[in-house]
Amino acid sequence: MAGRLSASPPWWQNRRLVPWLVQGAVGLGILVVIAFLLGNLVRNLSAAGLLLSWRWLGQPASFDIAESLLPFNASEPYWRGLLAGLVNTLRVVGLGLVGATLLGTLVGSASFSSNGLVKRLARIYVEVIRNIPLLLQLVFWYFVVFLALPNGEAAIQLPGIVLSKSGLFLPGFEAGFHWSGPSLVDGVWQAPLRFTPEFGALLTGLVVYTGAFIAEVVRGGIAAVPKGQWEAATSLGLGPLLSLRRIIIPQALRVIVPGLNTQYISLAKNSSLAVACGYSDLYSVAETSLNQTGRAIEVIVILLAAYLAIDLAISLVMNGLNRLVQIKER
Amino acid sequence: MPRVVRPGLRKELFANPIDGLVSVLLITGVGAAGYGLIHWAFGQAQWVVIQANSTLFAVGRYPIGQQWRLWLLVALLAAATGLSWGALRGLPQRDRPIRAVWPRNDRIAAIVLVALCCWAPAALGLAWPIQARWWGLTALLLVLRWLAGRYASRLGKVATLGLPLIWPLLYLVGMVLIGGGLGLVTVGANEWGGLLLTLIEASFAILLSAPLGVVLALGRSSSLPLLRWGSIAYIEFIRGAPLITLLFLGQNILGFLLPGGLAPDRIWRAAWILTFFSAAYLAEAVRAGLAAVPRGQLEAARSLGLNLPQALSRVVLPQALRIALPATVGQFISLLQDTTLLSLIGLLDLLGTARSVMANPLYLGKSAEVYLTLAVLFWCCCAALGLGSRALERRLNPPSLGR
Repeated sequence: MAGRLSASPPWWQNRRLVPWLVQGAVGLGILVVIAFLLGNLVRNLSAAGLLLSWRWLGQPASFDIAESLLPFNASEPYWRGLLAGLVNTLRVVGLGLVGATLLGTLVGSASFSSNGLVKRLARIYVEVIRNIPLLLQLVFWYFVVFLALPNGEAAIQLPGIVLSKSGLFLPGFEAGFHWSGPSLVDGVWQAPLRFTPEFGALLTGLVVYTGAFIAEVVRGGIAAVPKGQWEAATSLGLGPLLSLRRIIIPQALRVIVPGLNTQYISLAKNSSLAVACGYSDLYSVAETSLNQTGRAIEVIVILLAAYLAIDLAISLVMNGLNRLVQIKER
Repeated sequence: MPRVVRPGLRKELFANPIDGLVSVLLITGVGAAGYGLIHWAFGQAQWVVIQANSTLFAVGRYPIGQQWRLWLLVALLAAATGLSWGALRGLPQRDRPIRAVWPRNDRIAAIVLVALCCWAPAALGLAWPIQARWWGLTALLLVLRWLAGRYASRLGKVATLGLPLIWPLLYLVGMVLIGGGLGLVTVGANEWGGLLLTLIEASFAILLSAPLGVVLALGRSSSLPLLRWGSIAYIEFIRGAPLITLLFLGQNILGFLLPGGLAPDRIWRAAWILTFFSAAYLAEAVRAGLAAVPRGQLEAARSLGLNLPQALSRVVLPQALRIALPATVGQFISLLQDTTLLSLIGLLDLLGTARSVMANPLYLGKSAEVYLTLAVLFWCCCAALGLGSRALERRLNPPSLGR
C-alpha cells in the first residue's frame, strides 16, 4: 500500500489537477478584484449622484465646435457634438492614411536609390522623426510653422492655392457649378475649400510622423525580397519596371501589409492628440463634454468603443488586403 | 597630388544625368535649409528663454534648499553609468577579444561627453560653481568608466551579477532622495516637474512594466485557457485604446474605482497608467521572443526534470528575452516619448513646463526656441537608448547565435 502511494506523484505534481487549481486561483483573483472595483464604483457613483445614465446625450451641448463637416451649433444635443467630433477624427485619419502611405512609400523606396545623397537623406529623415515625440512635433507644426505663416496680402500665393495663417485655401465648385479660386475680401481670404491651420498642423504632423514608420516597413519589405529575384527577373528579359511590378512588389507586399496594419492603427489612435493643436476631434469634444456634465464613465465608454471600432475597421480592411497578397497555395 | 573629390562621390551622386540633377536639386535645398536654420539659430533666435528657465526645465518647482539631493542623485547616476559602461565594455565580445580599454566608439562617446559638459553649462549661462559641478560629474563618470573597464574582467561574476542589481537599488535610493523620508524633508510629487518628472515617470513605468509584460506574455502563450484569454483580453483592450484616453480614464475614473482616500495623486495615477499601458505592448514584444524559441527547448528542459517555473526561467526566458531585446528597448523609447502626453492632462512634465513657460508674456512667441531645444533633448535621449540597446545586443548574443 505504502509502495503504491509513493509511486504515484503527490497532488501538486498531478498533471490534471494543477492546471485547474491554477486557473481556479487566477479566476477567483480576477473576480475578486473586479467585484471590489465595481463595488467601489457603484458606491462612489451613487454617492456623487452620477449613476450610469445616457439621458445627458440628448441635452443641448452649449459649446461650439470651431470646424466641423457636420453642421453643429451650441443648441444641438451632445450626441450630435460627439458625432461631429467622430466625423472630424475620421476626416483626419482618412487623409492621414493616404498621405502617410504615399510619403512612407516614397521614402522607403528612396533608401534603395542609386543616389547616395537620396539614400542618406531618407535615413536621416527616419532617424530624426522617430526619435522625437509626436506630441512635440504636433505643437511644433502648429505653433512654430502654421501660426507663423503670413496673413492677408502677404500670404503665400501659388496659382489657385493660398497658404496663410488662417489656413490653406483651395479652389473648388461654389454655389452650383461655378468654379472659383481663393480671393481676398476685406483682408480675409475666402475660397470654396478651406483647411484650418489646426487641421493642417495635425494632418502634417501625423503624415510626417507615421510616414517615417511606414518608410521603415516598406524598406524592410523590399529588403526581404532576395536579390536573386531581381537577377532572375532580369535574366528572363524583364525590364526594371516590369520586374518591379510583377516580381518584386507582389513579394514585398506580403511583408509590408501586416506592418502597415500596425502603423495605420497607431495613426488612428495618435489622431487623438488633436487636442494639442486645437482641432476638434472626438477626444477633444468628449473631454469638453465630460468637463460640462461630469459623466466620466459614459464618456470613456463612448471614447473606447469609438476607437476600438475604428481600429477594427482598419484591421478588417487590412486583413482582407493581406489575404489578397499572401501566397496562394493549392 | 591629393585627390580633391573622393573617388566614390562621383559615382554616388552623378552616376547619370537624372541622378546628377536630383543631387544638385537636393544639395541646393538642403544647403538653403541648413543656411536658414543656422542664420536663425545664431542671428534671430533668442535663447534667453532657455537660459532664464533652465532650472525650471530641469526640475520644475523643486525647493531650492533641497536641490543638493538631486545633485547627489546625479552624481550617483554618473557613477553607476560609468561603472556599467566600463564593465559592459570589459565583457568578452563575440569572436572579438578586447584589445583596448578605450575602443574607438568609446573614445568618440567620451569626447562628445566632455565637449557637451564644457559647452552646455556655458551655453546655458550657468554660474561658475555650477559649471564646475558638471565638469566634476563628467570626470567622475569617465574615471569610473576607465577603472571598471580595466578591472571588471578580474572581478568576473561579481561584476556581471552585481551591476544589474545597482540600478534597481539606485532607483530606490533615488526615490528617497527625490521624495524625502528617512530623515529627509518630504518634497511632494506636485513639486516635481520638468525633466525630473519626465524621467521619474518614464523610469517608474519601465521598471514596473517589464516584469508585468513578461507575466502577460507568458500568460498569453500559456496552454491554460483562462490565463490565455485573460491576458489576450487585457492586452487587446489596452492596445485598442489611445494612450490619452487611458490617461484620461486614470485621472477621472480611478478615483471612483478605489475606496475614498486610497487613490494615488495625479502624478502617480499617470505613472500607473503608463505602466499598465506599456506592459501590454511589452507583452507583445516578449511574446514574439517566446515564439522564436523552438518548442523543443521547453520539452528538453522538462524532460531533464526541471519543473515549469525552472524550465521557463532557466531555459526559455533567457533566450526569448535576448531575442526580444530590440523590440523591448524600442518600446521603452516610445514610452519615454509618450510621457509628453502628461502635459495634456495638466501635469508639468518637460513639455508641460515648456507650455507654462511660453504662457508667460515675457516669452511670448519664443515657441520655436523652446520646442527645438526639447526636440534635440528627446532626440539625444532616444538615440542614446537605441545605441545602447544595439551595443548590449551584440554582447549578449552568445557565439553560437547570429553567425
